[in-house]
Amino acid sequence: MRRSMLFLPGNSPNILLNADFLGSDSIILDLEDAVAPTEKDAARILVRNAITSLGYTREVIVRINPVESPYWQKDLREIIPVKPDMIMPTKVGCAADVKVVSDYITQLEKEFGMEEGGVKMIPLIETAMGVENAYEIASADPRVTAIFLGGEDFTADMRCKRTKEGTEIFYARSRMVLAARAAGVDVYDTPWTDVEDYDGLIEDAKFAKSLGFTGKSSISPRHIPFINEVFSPTEEEIQYARDVFDCIEKAKAEGKGVVSLHGKMIDAPIVARARQVLEAAEAIRGGK
Amino acid sequence: MIKQKACAGTLESSDIYVEIAPAAAGSGIRLNLTSVVMQQFGDQIESVIRQTLDQLDVKDAELTVSDRGAVDCTIRARVETAVCRGKGEE
Repeated sequence: MRRSMLFLPGNSPNILLNADFLGSDSIILDLEDAVAPTEKDAARILVRNAITSLGYTREVIVRINPVESPYWQKDLREIIPVKPDMIMPTKVGCAADVKVVSDYITQLEKEFGMEEGGVKMIPLIETAMGVENAYEIASADPRVTAIFLGGEDFTADMRCKRTKEGTEIFYARSRMVLAARAAGVDVYDTPWTDVEDYDGLIEDAKFAKSLGFTGKSSISPRHIPFINEVFSPTEEEIQYARDVFDCIEKAKAEGKGVVSLHGKMIDAPIVARARQVLEAAEAIRGGK
Repeated sequence: MIKQKACAGTLESSDIYVEIAPAAAGSGIRLNLTSVVMQQFGDQIESVIRQTLDQLDVKDAELTVSDRGAVDCTIRARVETAVCRGKGEE
């Protein structure tokens, strides 16, 4: 179950030590923006050792540098052998960007005698071109199990101001969700960057959920409990989902073809949603 | 072989700052270590540093190391980074 993802700078030993205890479902160990160009080498070695030695129980995602940079292959060469759960390639603009990273991961998996395809990918889409090509990115490679919207870089590329209201990313969010669902992968929302504004965070997370996002990322550990709560099913939703399945069983036993609950007919989409709610509730109880 | 002076790490809590410099062939490893937990873990930190240098095939070097309570994987990472930089590999 992945509701929340927490970005953590890859060159900070103190933060890496505590990464597993900050409450997020996934941790994103960052080799890109959070690391100065002069420290890229240090960060990738430190992150490699942290994954090997610290026994993380959370899902581990490593954000690598863009394919236009001189760093991304070095990042992967250091990180792939310690088998993170996922790689987050950055500034992904088209399917070819996904393929080039995936092919290099495959090359490394062969070189190091690893299971091919074991490391998954969550491309970070943060340009106008990337949003335009969201579906082809989401369906570019079997490694892609989710896509991720980066709102800050996206609005910079769009030459517009990033606001709390988020009107400027509304189309991108909708487009991303549509692309992800059409491709059959998960989709994650951009962080809320005002660390102190919890009310704004909750509203923003609720809105992202209402659009269909699977979860949301954060740059602050203090945001994680709020994100987890918004993206978890409520007790009422869980009870309703249980009632749906009880109702179906009862109708089957009675030989009824049409089922209704609280005066409303239970059709396929309601059953599908009830199943999703129960699966999510089960996954949350079961941890990672 | 260490070709040039190099450093890695920081003096922040849970980190370790490593300076490495070339030394004459056959002179061995000369290590000047300080740590906030010297009394409790000084021997272990030194052992991790020396093991890492050995694994990286560094026979001769002069190191000045200031530890701020780093765990073993951080010590190994910072020593490796300093060695790579000292060898001119980055």
